[in-house]
Amino acid sequence: MKYDVVLIGGGLSSLVCGISLQRTGKRCLMVSGGQNALHFSSGAFGLLGFRPDGSAVERPLEELDKLPANHPYRKVGAAKMHEYVNRVKPFFASCGVMLDGDPERNSWRLTPTGTVRPSWLAMSDVTLYEDSVVSIGRKALIANIAGYLDFNTAFLAEGLEKAGVTCRLEAVALPEFERLRTSASEMRSVNIARVMDHDQVWKKFVEQVCVLLRDEDVVVLPEVFGLQDEHVLEQIRECIPARVVFVGTMAPSVPGIRCQSALKTAFEQAGGEFLMGDEVISSEMDGERVLSVRTANLGDTVLEADHFVLATGGFFGRGLQATAEAVSEPVFGLDVDAPEERTQWYNPDFFAPQPYTRFGVHTSENLRAMKAGKEMENVYVIGSELGGADALCEGSGAGIAVMTGFKAAEMING
Amino acid sequence: MNDHKFEQCIKCTICTAYCPVVAVNPLYPGPKQAGPDGERFRIKNKFFFDENLKYCMNCKRCEVACPSGVNIADIIHSARMRYGHQKPNLRDMILASTDLMGVMARPVAPVVNAVAGSKAGKWAMDTFLGVDQHRTFPKYQFKGFVGWFKREMEASQASYPRQIAFFHGCSTEYQHPEVGKAFVQVMNALGFGVQLLDEECCGVAMISNAMWKQAKQHARHNVAAFEKAVDAGLPVVTTASTCTFTMRDEYPHILGVDNAKVRSSIVLVEKFIHDLVDKGKVKLVFRKDYKARMAYHIPCHMEKLGWSIFTKNLLQMIPGADLTVLGSGCCGIAGTYGFKKENYAYSQAIGQPVFDEIARVNPEFVVSECDTCKWQIEMSTGYAVKNPILILSEALDLEATAKANCVNG
Ligand SMILES: Cc1cc2nc3c(=O)[nH]c(=O)nc-3n(C[C@H](O)[C@H](O)[C@H](O)COP(=O)(O)OP(=O)(O)OC[C@H]3O[C@@H](n4cnc5c(N)ncnc54)[C@H](O)[C@@H]3O)c2cc1C
Ligand code: SF4
Ligand code: SF4
Repeated sequence: MKYDVVLIGGGLSSLVCGISLQRTGKRCLMVSGGQNALHFSSGAFGLLGFRPDGSAVERPLEELDKLPANHPYRKVGAAKMHEYVNRVKPFFASCGVMLDGDPERNSWRLTPTGTVRPSWLAMSDVTLYEDSVVSIGRKALIANIAGYLDFNTAFLAEGLEKAGVTCRLEAVALPEFERLRTSASEMRSVNIARVMDHDQVWKKFVEQVCVLLRDEDVVVLPEVFGLQDEHVLEQIRECIPARVVFVGTMAPSVPGIRCQSALKTAFEQAGGEFLMGDEVISSEMDGERVLSVRTANLGDTVLEADHFVLATGGFFGRGLQATAEAVSEPVFGLDVDAPEERTQWYNPDFFAPQPYTRFGVHTSENLRAMKAGKEMENVYVIGSELGGADALCEGSGAGIAVMTGFKAAEMING
Repeated sequence: MNDHKFEQCIKCTICTAYCPVVAVNPLYPGPKQAGPDGERFRIKNKFFFDENLKYCMNCKRCEVACPSGVNIADIIHSARMRYGHQKPNLRDMILASTDLMGVMARPVAPVVNAVAGSKAGKWAMDTFLGVDQHRTFPKYQFKGFVGWFKREMEASQASYPRQIAFFHGCSTEYQHPEVGKAFVQVMNALGFGVQLLDEECCGVAMISNAMWKQAKQHARHNVAAFEKAVDAGLPVVTTASTCTFTMRDEYPHILGVDNAKVRSSIVLVEKFIHDLVDKGKVKLVFRKDYKARMAYHIPCHMEKLGWSIFTKNLLQMIPGADLTVLGSGCCGIAGTYGFKKENYAYSQAIGQPVFDEIARVNPEFVVSECDTCKWQIEMSTGYAVKNPILILSEALDLEATAKANCVNG
């Protein structure tokens, strides 16, 4: 089968790149070996939240020239970064995902530990605050669903109390959840969200919250609403006479799944072909060109394309493998940015920044992959498969995925 | 070590988020708990085995979603086989023995159909057997596919330049011989002679109903038959997605029957034809007057096989086809699962979003490679469901196609 572009990986970076390409007339096929990192998302995207010394960044675009030369943002380039950041909100809106926030300036969001953290753009679930010192509120009612343990209200209250917010904890028991509670392992975010998706259920829950509400000015709820339809979040905010703040839960993430499903739909509606649960297992090359790839499911049907995009997610997405001897990229055998000495892969201090989080595929200036020291002609690497950034410490994971996704699409479109 | 890769589980619970049973059945522990988590305990002590694992429909949606490649449903069903005490009752045995039932029902098909379709018959099956009375039974055909083939087609097959072996499966033989007929017509037009195999039911219903011994016997029998065909240079071509999936993947993964020599030769006809067209080895000529608005329901095992792309591409080649691909979802039947009284309500609840979407799209008919999906969707929505090969046989100008492929039939 012949396509213009085959994208390997089905996470945020691949979807952003694939939608952009498909909408500009390229015929795309995306292969994804299962679900992806969006299922762990807090609902807020980070562009650049922290400097290496741990201090918070206010205006990410002003920090670009301080980043290491091999950082993905340096490869996207300052001019393009400025252009792209303002493209993100309309792009996601066109896929049915409304993002809140100032694209050029970080905001803050409440974390499950009751502290605040810099954030860039966020889905409707997340309440963004303009700065870190702004009070969340005076008094908070933290309302949980009875029996739901993944939303740690005590932990959250402890953090909030430290910030001067008086907290009261309540749990709402609804008969609709008794069914789930019979099997404790199933009181999980998405299972609750599937029940909450019925209008009569979330409305009943919200009614109960209103009954419990006394003089609190803030109501904190877990992110288990609006799995299918983000408008429910707005309606909940309107129903409760206090400021409603949703807080992230343990995975899987409800806003993350909603976002993934909206982007996948947008890709398919634009005409893209998505192969879920399949994996690219080998390739055929001619010099510095990849001619085709094979997948586990398609067997002897090969996938030919003019361009290939590798968006396999680094260690977390199985796009990098580590053995006792070396770190490698399993699909094309590309060059990996990693020290040869294994002792330099990690810092014995568990809580210190870990060198291995910076590992990734080595690319040229324009995101083309390097193999045996040579630049591949038609393989682009995007998202967390790229080396040069410590996304977790920087708070830059989603930003890198989106920016490099746009960039690779532009490179391919020429 | 375990070849179902349970130790690769990163405990993300993504599988549970995509399991259709968890959404409706409180008794079912869910894929993470039933699969990798439970396996850890079961390895220590088989006492931890939970009979509620039988509620798993084996739809494989958990495996398709798992980011770590854990074969969750394989773990679940292997555990049922190793530790389960479930003994199939009469009802389960009847439902699972699709071939035997066909043989027995055939001579008295009109009677069986009438009884199974009558109120009294439904009540009796519900009361005495536990087959839900809301179910519509697929009708048994008086005359099967094989009889027709032997009478009318077999003699001419050797004249075709290329040959394939056809695994027709139970429902083509007993309920939908038109699918087999369409298959032979299309293959002949493409220049392929069709040979039948010494086949037995693939055994999928036996796996779901804990008839392990019988399932293994069937698996061994079929693998031996396929080996013969493959040794003679014949690919094994099929029309039913679940049989195909079972024979390729469940034989080795659950039943432990080695099919390594034949696995890659077992292909669904949509992939088979698609690859031939793709490589320029055959040409399809479509009728100018064919027009149809169709909605494609991708069966769960088609999702797992990852082959729906072939069906989509083929249907899109038909100039008069207006195709809508329905959003991925389970129709709820899962073979014999939805026939059981204790599962009926869950089964319909699982399928509801699919039924609703079909009603919204309002096509002339629905497309599906799976016959149990067909029964479920026809019963629950009233829309007719067609196997893609049937659509191809209707949309192709068979004579012109034969000419284009230099067949002088
Ligand atoms: C636990 C966690 C929490 C995070 N939380 C946040 C957050 O709150 N905010 C934020 O901004 N960022 C967050 N990030 C970072 C950000 O979400 C990720 O960096 C970003 O989503 C990565 O997207 P990606 O497309 O590069 O890779 P992924 O989403 O990892 O996708 C990679 C995909 O490739 C597939 N794949 C791998 N190999 C193959 C193959 N051979 N063939 C086919 N497919 C293959 C995988 O199955 C997977 O689907 C988080 C990251 C993690 C790991
Ligand atoms: S999706 Fe896979 S890795 Fe995640 S919990 Fe389920 S089995 Fe484990
Ligand atoms: S196979 Fe289907 S029913 Fe069974 S656990 Fe997986 S998703 Fe659930």
